[in-house]
Amino acid sequence: MVRIDERNAAVEPRPARPPRRRHTQRVPVALLLPAVAGLAFLVLPLAGLVVRAPWATLWQRLTEPGALTALRLSLQTATVATLVCLALGVPLAWLLARVEFPGRRVVRALVTVPLVLPPVVGGVALLLVFGRKGLLGTWLDAAVGVTLPFTTTGVVVAEAFVAMPFLVIAVEGALRGADTRFEEAAATLGAGRWTTFTHVTLPLIAPGIAAGGVLCWARALGEFGATITFAGNYPGITQTMPLAVYQTMEGGDLSGAVVLSLILLIVSVTILAALRDKWITSG
Amino acid sequence: MTATRPEPATGPVLDAHLAVDRGTFRLDVRLRIGAGEVVALLGPNGAGKTTALRALAGLQPLTAGHVTLAGRDLDRSDGRLRTPTERRPIGVVFQDYLLFPHLTALDNVAFGPRRHGVDRRTAHRTAAEWLHRVGLAEQARRKPRQLSGGQAQRVALARALALDPVLLLLDEPLAALDAGTRLDTRAELHRHLAAHPGATLLVTHDPLDALVLADRLVIIEHGRVVQEGDAASITAQPRTDYVARLVGLNLYRGTADGHSVRMGSGFALTAADRVHGDAFVAFPPSAVALHPHRPDGSPRNTWPATITGLQRHGDNLRVQLAGPIGVAADITPAAAAHLHLTTGQQVWVAVKAAETRAYPADTRPTT
Repeated sequence: MVRIDERNAAVEPRPARPPRRRHTQRVPVALLLPAVAGLAFLVLPLAGLVVRAPWATLWQRLTEPGALTALRLSLQTATVATLVCLALGVPLAWLLARVEFPGRRVVRALVTVPLVLPPVVGGVALLLVFGRKGLLGTWLDAAVGVTLPFTTTGVVVAEAFVAMPFLVIAVEGALRGADTRFEEAAATLGAGRWTTFTHVTLPLIAPGIAAGGVLCWARALGEFGATITFAGNYPGITQTMPLAVYQTMEGGDLSGAVVLSLILLIVSVTILAALRDKWITSG
Repeated sequence: MTATRPEPATGPVLDAHLAVDRGTFRLDVRLRIGAGEVVALLGPNGAGKTTALRALAGLQPLTAGHVTLAGRDLDRSDGRLRTPTERRPIGVVFQDYLLFPHLTALDNVAFGPRRHGVDRRTAHRTAAEWLHRVGLAEQARRKPRQLSGGQAQRVALARALALDPVLLLLDEPLAALDAGTRLDTRAELHRHLAAHPGATLLVTHDPLDALVLADRLVIIEHGRVVQEGDAASITAQPRTDYVARLVGLNLYRGTADGHSVRMGSGFALTAADRVHGDAFVAFPPSAVALHPHRPDGSPRNTWPATITGLQRHGDNLRVQLAGPIGVAADITPAAAAHLHLTTGQQVWVAVKAAETRAYPADTRPTT
């Protein structure tokens, strides 16, 4: 980057930048107060978790088999659901962004429905389709012998259903922002549409895909409503962390719920921060 | 990409009739380019130059017409044949190069050979040879954002030439460069285009690029070819105001009767040539002399005029004058100081008949 700066300077001497002036304008109180209140509103509950955590017995509770099982299941299902979303969602986003077809607006609206649908309703809808007596579930059960509800696969299905719109919207935005003339240049060099997609389009929108994938994974990790409706709450099979927190709380063990919440919080923040450093900013 | 090239005797490498309808704009251009020939498609903005280039590359469907390259039909509107861009033996250098930002210079150049089934090692060797040829062997591992404008242009040229295209298309190849880089890059580009055995079409709005780089010029305005020929014939005998401005001539159209050419307004100019009927008259601004009073003596073409504009033009002063005909005159600074020229001033214009050329207007441009 230094080289480029030097070249520009040689061509056209850049005027010395005026010293950056800070704090010359006061932040209006009418903006500052709600901003601080908003920040407090977002941070205080997390602080509450940290303050109320039973630090004395934390380690013992952390290593309780139930907690670790739920954590592992959460991470596994969220990751698999994200992979499913990438495999299906990126092509869907490409279709929406690059191919003119009748009813494209309707399809785009349909893709975003799971965003506004209450997750519990999504779970009920999934049961109606993939349940044992559902539209496709009957066939799946009879022909392939696959049953989705109340299985770990069902958890993945529920999470993918809720999280995929986040990925599709992010990737479609990246595709629309990408310069399609690079794809034309690839065509003049002999690349067909598929090769152009894999060799030019995908690398160009990689940061957008990474951002969409992270959003998608975070949403899948926090999924509760659709999961408990469609997959149930069986420890070791379908009980992910959010479900475990809910059950512990219902059982009257507040400090147990706090510990589980804290684990989920720390793990997800750590992973997101690591991904952000590696993918989002460098892209 | 090993399409056999016909011998020059068998006719042009490219034979195209490009007709594209885009709402109110209609492009209708016939192009023929021989092997090794460099043709410049020159025209003002919005004339349809880039549309013609995109149509040849298959990026813009034809409404009618055909594209035949090396004896093979690529597009035929009647037979509904349309060869997709990736299967045309055509290389394109885009205006802002469109180097793939995620690939190194080497991988950008190797991209084409790789897509044509060449294995990675051979493709990289070909690409390295091409980078060497354009003088960028050192920059092979750099990403496009680490290259200067001139370097990026050369990588784009190497990328297009690495496929040994039967037809090479260049869209304003020097427009994105600053003035200093442009001079060197233009000379460099001239060398590579001269060495390219296939046909070359260069799209530009810069007459200097066209005159330096091309063997033949095709000038289009409003989607039509208005003039065609080599640089000498076009600069000597422009046929539209646009071309006259490009080559820096005063141009008028009228009815000739021997040495005299009469304009619509009744005003007549005397020319060196004998012509009859519909004719153009042209003379350079340097052939125009200005006098404070009506001049005596030899000049046949004299008339009173009003100065409407003054601007620097090289070492001289370019004076715009209104009168029976609008005219541009180039005056030396000494003469300008002597005449105390100011806008709105009345002067006498004199043009030597010996420097005034007349030529028939009714011959159609040869295609």
